[in-house]
Amino acid sequence: MNEKTLAGFCIRCNDQGYLTDLAQWNKEVAVEIAKEEGIDMTNKHWEVIDYLQDQCRKEVAITIRKVGKSGIVNIKEFYQLFPKGPLKTASKIAGIPKPVSCI
Amino acid sequence: MKNLLILGAGTSGTMMSNALRKALPQGQWNISIVDFEDTHYYQPGFLFLPFDLYTPKQLKRDIKDFIPKGVNLIQQKIDRIEKEKNMVLLQNGENIFYDILVIATGCNIAPEEIEGMQGPSWHKTIFDFYTFEGAKNLRDKLKHWEGGKLVVHISEMPIKCPVAPLEFAFLCDSFFADKKMRDKVEITYVTPMSGAFTKPVATKELSYLLEQKNIKIVPDFNIEKVDTDNNKIIDYGGQEVEYDLLVTVPTNMGDEMTLRSGFGDELNYVPTNKFTLQSKVKENIFVIGDATDLPASKAGSVAHFQSDTLTENIQLFIAGKPLKESFDGHSNCFIETGNGKALLIDFNYDQEPVKGTFPIPGIGPLRLLKESRINHLGKRAFKWIYWNILITGKPIPFVSSRMKIAGKEINTSE
Ligand SMILES: Cc1cc2nc3c(=O)[nH]c(=O)nc-3n(C[C@H](O)[C@H](O)[C@H](O)COP(=O)(O)OP(=O)(O)OC[C@H]3O[C@@H](n4cnc5c(N)ncnc54)[C@H](O)[C@@H]3O)c2cc1C
Repeated sequence: MNEKTLAGFCIRCNDQGYLTDLAQWNKEVAVEIAKEEGIDMTNKHWEVIDYLQDQCRKEVAITIRKVGKSGIVNIKEFYQLFPKGPLKTASKIAGIPKPVSCI
Repeated sequence: MKNLLILGAGTSGTMMSNALRKALPQGQWNISIVDFEDTHYYQPGFLFLPFDLYTPKQLKRDIKDFIPKGVNLIQQKIDRIEKEKNMVLLQNGENIFYDILVIATGCNIAPEEIEGMQGPSWHKTIFDFYTFEGAKNLRDKLKHWEGGKLVVHISEMPIKCPVAPLEFAFLCDSFFADKKMRDKVEITYVTPMSGAFTKPVATKELSYLLEQKNIKIVPDFNIEKVDTDNNKIIDYGGQEVEYDLLVTVPTNMGDEMTLRSGFGDELNYVPTNKFTLQSKVKENIFVIGDATDLPASKAGSVAHFQSDTLTENIQLFIAGKPLKESFDGHSNCFIETGNGKALLIDFNYDQEPVKGTFPIPGIGPLRLLKESRINHLGKRAFKWIYWNILITGKPIPFVSSRMKIAGKEINTSE
């Protein structure tokens, strides 16, 4: 576990920079993480982040197919917003765990 | 008389029919089970069939042979569930009424979900090994294949037995080495995940395997389509991977029966309480195995652990008592690594796979998260255990439904 200061907030994250406690997330922190990933947040980005956090709170496993069917973006648009591994990048900005498999 | 109806007579349904026939009094409960297949397949064997390590015959049994006396087997296709009427409609037009329903219809591959996958190249240069046909056709292909670019690929998660594609890649390495043609085959593992391993301890302990076996990895690949004219797979980000032989695990989906019944999720899985196995659809509907939407692995061993929770909860439900939240996501599986060795992993919803001993803490004889010959023998013994213990609803010696902490090297500082 690491501690990190982002936008003046002290947050806990894992070795790969994913927040370990969604309660510590806020928009300022998210903007900073997005910058590290080379992303400028727009309204569309926030809508996706909102959706991912909502799914995470409901304990639903997040998949790219789900995002594509969310009504917010299709998969192509999701890639345009978060290029290269959109699910892991968007999860990082949303302050939720990276999607993992069993090993 | 009351009626309990089980849908699907695969691993989970067969197991539940055996467990429930023992648990529910004959004079009070009729039990019926529906499946359209005549054959019960040993699906874990599909991994070995392409390499001629099992014969097709070893993987097939008559579905009837495992349904106990006192359970009525109905060999029909299920059309849909009408949950408000507590009724299941069969394809032949018959209706079956139930008091309690257990959904165990599993999941299957859906290659039609990916553009270009199921065209004229299907089972010619593009193969699956998740079906009996696929595994058998791939065996015939591998017998005469002269080498080239072999791509082992996962279309999207979740899939059943999530480690099977990686095992397949490992077995390819040994298979072609044994055939003295490893230098003619370039093996690439393509996955939508961020790596072949995603959990911290497993990543640390196992990453050497890919290098050792000279398997190239392409992570974060979300397939959009197969370009069969140019033999390549293309992802949504524009990445391309060329193949001469594509062995893919297509999208896995629950049976369309749930869609027709109006309650499957976007992959036709049934919304299920992850601790009690009661469906979120209606209180007298329960779900087990691959048909659930649980964040647990889809595996026979998992279904086995679930069956204890489900058998108890159905009895509690009948007695009008609160259900137990006893399923912890426990999963236990062997991972073939080739050359007569295997790994074993044991984990649950909260605990990632770690090193240690299994099933007897401190003794083993099996080793967790470490390659060994005895783990491989364990994997091969699983076939016998499957036919003789697992699906007959008997407990596996020393292995408890809930994951044990003892015998595991768990780092509690984090
Ligand atoms: C290649 C491969 C390797 C694997 N390796 C392992 C392993 O090493 N260890 C392990 O534990 N697990 C392994 N598994 C996973 C394991 O086989 C499954 O998780 C397990 O079989 C799931 O059981 P189930 O009863 O939920 O589904 P299934 O066993 O698939 O049964 C579902 C049944 O429902 C029936 N059905 C579905 N829809 C209908 C309908 N509409 N009408 C009538 N009948 C219907 C089907 O005919 C089928 O018989 C592997 C799977 C594969 C494919």
